[in-house]
Amino acid sequence: MTDSRTEQAPPLTLTPDVLVIGGGPAGLSAAAALAPRVAGDVLVLDREKEAGGIPRHSDHTGYGLRDLHRVLTGPAYARRLTETARRAGAVIRTNAMVTHWASGLAVDVTSPQGRFRVEPRAVVLATGARERPRTARRIPGDRPAGVYTTGQLQNAVHLHHQEVGKRAVIVGGELVSWSAALTLREAGCSVVAMVSQYKHTESYGAFNLGGKVVLGVPVVNRSRVVRVIGKPRVEGVEIEDVDTRRRQVLACDTVIFTGDWIPDNELVRTGDIALDPHTLGPVVDTALRTSRPGVFAAGNMLHPVDTADIAALDGRHVADQVVRWLATNSFPHSSAAVPLLAEKPLRWVSPSLLRPGDPAPPRGRLLLWTDEFMRVPRVTARQGGEVLSERRLAWPAAPGRVFRVPWSILRGISPHRGPVTLTVR
Amino acid sequence: MSHTPGSTTPGRGPSPVHDIIVIGGGIVGSAIARELAGHAVSVALVEARSDIGDGTSKANTAILHTGFDATPGTLESRLVARGYDLLSDYARETGIPVEHTGAILVAWNEEELAALPGLRDKAEANGYHHSRLIGADEVYAEVPALGEGVLGGLTVPDESIICTWTTNLALATDAHRRGTDILLDHAVTAVTVADDITTLHTRGGDVHGRWIVNAAGLGADRLDALFGYDRFTVTPRRGELFVFDKLARPLVDRIVLPVPTKRGKGVLVSPTVYGNVMLGPTSEDLTDRTATGTSEDGFAFLLGKGERLMPRLLEEEVTATYAGLRAAIDRSDYLIEADADQRYLLVGGIRSTGLTAGMAIAEHVGEMLTASGVVLKERDALPPPPAMPYIGEAGVRPYQDAARIAEDPAYGEIVCFCERVSAGEIRDACHAPLPARTLDGLRRRTRAMNGRCQGFFCGSAVQQLLNDHTDHDTEQGCARPCHEVTS
Repeated sequence: MTDSRTEQAPPLTLTPDVLVIGGGPAGLSAAAALAPRVAGDVLVLDREKEAGGIPRHSDHTGYGLRDLHRVLTGPAYARRLTETARRAGAVIRTNAMVTHWASGLAVDVTSPQGRFRVEPRAVVLATGARERPRTARRIPGDRPAGVYTTGQLQNAVHLHHQEVGKRAVIVGGELVSWSAALTLREAGCSVVAMVSQYKHTESYGAFNLGGKVVLGVPVVNRSRVVRVIGKPRVEGVEIEDVDTRRRQVLACDTVIFTGDWIPDNELVRTGDIALDPHTLGPVVDTALRTSRPGVFAAGNMLHPVDTADIAALDGRHVADQVVRWLATNSFPHSSAAVPLLAEKPLRWVSPSLLRPGDPAPPRGRLLLWTDEFMRVPRVTARQGGEVLSERRLAWPAAPGRVFRVPWSILRGISPHRGPVTLTVR
Repeated sequence: MSHTPGSTTPGRGPSPVHDIIVIGGGIVGSAIARELAGHAVSVALVEARSDIGDGTSKANTAILHTGFDATPGTLESRLVARGYDLLSDYARETGIPVEHTGAILVAWNEEELAALPGLRDKAEANGYHHSRLIGADEVYAEVPALGEGVLGGLTVPDESIICTWTTNLALATDAHRRGTDILLDHAVTAVTVADDITTLHTRGGDVHGRWIVNAAGLGADRLDALFGYDRFTVTPRRGELFVFDKLARPLVDRIVLPVPTKRGKGVLVSPTVYGNVMLGPTSEDLTDRTATGTSEDGFAFLLGKGERLMPRLLEEEVTATYAGLRAAIDRSDYLIEADADQRYLLVGGIRSTGLTAGMAIAEHVGEMLTASGVVLKERDALPPPPAMPYIGEAGVRPYQDAARIAEDPAYGEIVCFCERVSAGEIRDACHAPLPARTLDGLRRRTRAMNGRCQGFFCGSAVQQLLNDHTDHDTEQGCARPCHEVTS
C-alpha cells in the first residue's frame, strides 16, 4: 500500500522484483530466464486475453528455430513460451493493461479484477510493434469496409473465424506479406496481386519462388497504392508504377496493408525515455538498457521487426542484464557511450549505443534495415571519418526483412572518437 | 410492422399523424426534435441513413465557436452566440466532452497582421469582449511548436473543442426520451401536401405529419424543391482532415486559427477532445454529394500547410484521415423560413457553425412555428437530460475509474488498446436507447478502433462484441447470450 494515494490512485499495489510489460516472445523469454534467478516475483502483464503475442494468430509453421531449435506453428510456439515462463515461476496476468507511468518505475494497470499499481525494482519493456494502417501511410480514397492490416486479418481469421472477402490485394513486400497470403488462402480468399515498391523479386528470398509457385501470388514490383476505391465495401485499388508513373486499377474486395512496422512506443514516449528517431523504439545499448535507469527493452520494439525467435533471444539476453542491475543498481555514465548511426540505404541499426565494457549484443549481431537489395553486401564501419573495418557478408541485404551483421565489425572502435557510422554497398 | 429501434415510445403509442416531423438526424435536426418534444406535440425525426449523425455532422472540426468572427447583425451571429451558451450548459448537464482550450489567430504575413485589429473590432461588434492582440513573442510563448515567421496574433480565450458525436447523440437521445419517434432508414423520396396533413413518402414507408421541418443538411435544397421551391442551392464543400497521434498533443494545447480570408476560414491546427491533434480542413466545392473520399491533392495541400504551420507535427504518425462535406449555400446567412400555407419550415444553409448554433436554431424554430400559429405548450415533468458515456480525454474514463470497475468488471476489460475502450462501454453502446448497429456507429459512441492501430489489435474483437450484442430479437436485449465478460 502506498500512502501517496490520490483520488485516482489504484487501491492495490504489487511489488515484484521485475515487471515485464508485454507477454509476447521477448517478454515471456525474459520472464522465463529471470524467474529462477531473482528473489522476488517476476510479473508479466499482457493486455490481450492470452499471452503469446503475435504468434498466437499466425497459424503457420516456422517458429522457434533459433531459440528452441525446433519448428512449430505460431500458436504452438506461443503456448510453449507461455508454459515455459509459467513453469519457471513467472506470474503472468492477461487482460491487464499498463495505462501510464505513476512515478519512478511504478505504473498503473487496468484489469477486470480492478485497477492496481505495480512498483517493481526493474522494468522490461517488451511491447512489440504493429503494422502501420492505411491511414498512417497517408493513402487517400474512400473509407470502405474490407481494409485490413495483417495483424487484424490474422486475428479475424484465426482467432475469431470471421469471413473476409474473395479477392484480395496485398500491399507490401515483407516476410509478413507472405504470411498474409497464407492466411488469405486459408480463409478462401484469392490474391489478385501483391504490390511492392521494391525492385527485385529477390527481396523475398526463398519465399518468393515458393510463394509464387505454391500460392500462385502475382507480384507487382516497383509500385505503390495511390488510392482505395469503394463504398461501402472495397471495389479496387489504384496503383502507380513508381518509374513510369503509369496507373491502373486492380479490382478486389479486400486490401491487406502489410509490414511497415512501428514499435508500440507509447510507454517509451510518455516515460520520457530517449527515442531512437529511426526505429522509433527506445535507444538501447548492447545491454538493452534504455535511457531510464532500471528500464530495459527487448524484442521487436527495438528492431521492427525481426522474427519471433530473435525477439525471444533478446529476452534471454536482457535477463542477465536485469539480474546485474538488481544486484548493483548501477547505471553507466552516458559520457563514454558511442552512438551507432546507419547511413543510406540503411534505415536503422539496433542496438544504437555502445558502452565500453558492456556485453556483446544479443546473438553477437547488430540488426539493420536496408531499403536496397544487395546480393553480396559489403558493410563498412567508420569513426571520425576513418574506415574502422569492412566486411563482405555471405548473405544478402534485402528490403523487407532485418539485415544481420556480426558485431565484430565494431572491434577496435574508440570510446572517445565520436559516433560510428555503418554503410552498406 | 417495421422494427426500427426507437420507432415507438412506451406510454405514448405510435401516432399515425405526427404534429411535427423533423427531417434530418444531424445536430440541427436532433436539436429541433428535442426542443419541440419538450412541448405538448407529437414529434417524429426522419433520417435517411441507418444512424443519427451519419452525414455532415459526423465529420467537422468539432469547435464550439464563440461566434467572434461571424458577420455582425446576421441571424448566424446571433444564434451562434446564443448556441455557445446553451450547448456549454447542456454539455455540463449531459457529459458531452468539452475542453475550453481557447484559440489564437495567427498572422503569417503583413496583410494578415493588418487584418487582426479589424477582427477584434468585429468580435466586439458581435458582443465578444475577451479578444486581445498579442505580439509574435507571446504567440510563441503560447504555442512554442509553431513554425517560423509568425508576426502576431489575436487571442480568443473562449473558443473551445467539443465532441460532435456525443452532442448529436445526446440531443437525439433526449428527443427520444421526450417521446420523439426516431425513424431511421427513411430517406424522403416524395412529398404530398394535403389540406391538413402532409405525407412524406420515404424508403421506410409513408410518414404523416401536420407540420414539416426541413433540416436535411446536404439534401435540404432538394427536399425544398419537393415543396415547390427554388430558392437556394447546396454546394457540397469538401473538407479533408488529418488526425495526428495522441503523442502529438503536447505540441498543441489550443486551437490555432489562420486569419480568415475571402476564400474561407482556412486550415487550422487544433487539439481534439479525444487527445489527438487535427490539421485541416481543405475547402473544395464539388457537385457530388456523396464524395466523402480523401484525395491526393487534398493531402498534398494539407501537408504543405502543416509544414508551414507546425513542421514538428508532420513528424508524428497520422492516426486517421477523413473528409466531410459542408452544406454551403449561395448566400451568406442561415436560411430559416416558414411557409404557413404548406405548414413547412426550412432550416437551410447551416454551415460548420451549426454544431454550436444547433440548440439556438431549435429555439428559433420553436418561435417561428409559434408565430405561424402552431401551439407549443410547454410540458411539465420532462425526463432529465441523458447522462452520456464520457469519451473525452480530459475527464475520467471508465478504464481509470477503480470504483466503477470494482462494481462492473467489464469496465476493466480493455478491448481497444489505443483508445482504451472497455468491453463494458461497447456493451452499453449496443444496448443504449439509440444503439450502435454498425462499426462506424460504435466508433462514434465509444472511440473503439479510432486509435493509432486502426484495428490491428482490436478490430476483430470489437466486431465480435458488436455481433454478439446486436443479435437481438427481443426488446430486452440479446436473444442469444451476450458476450460474457470474464474476470
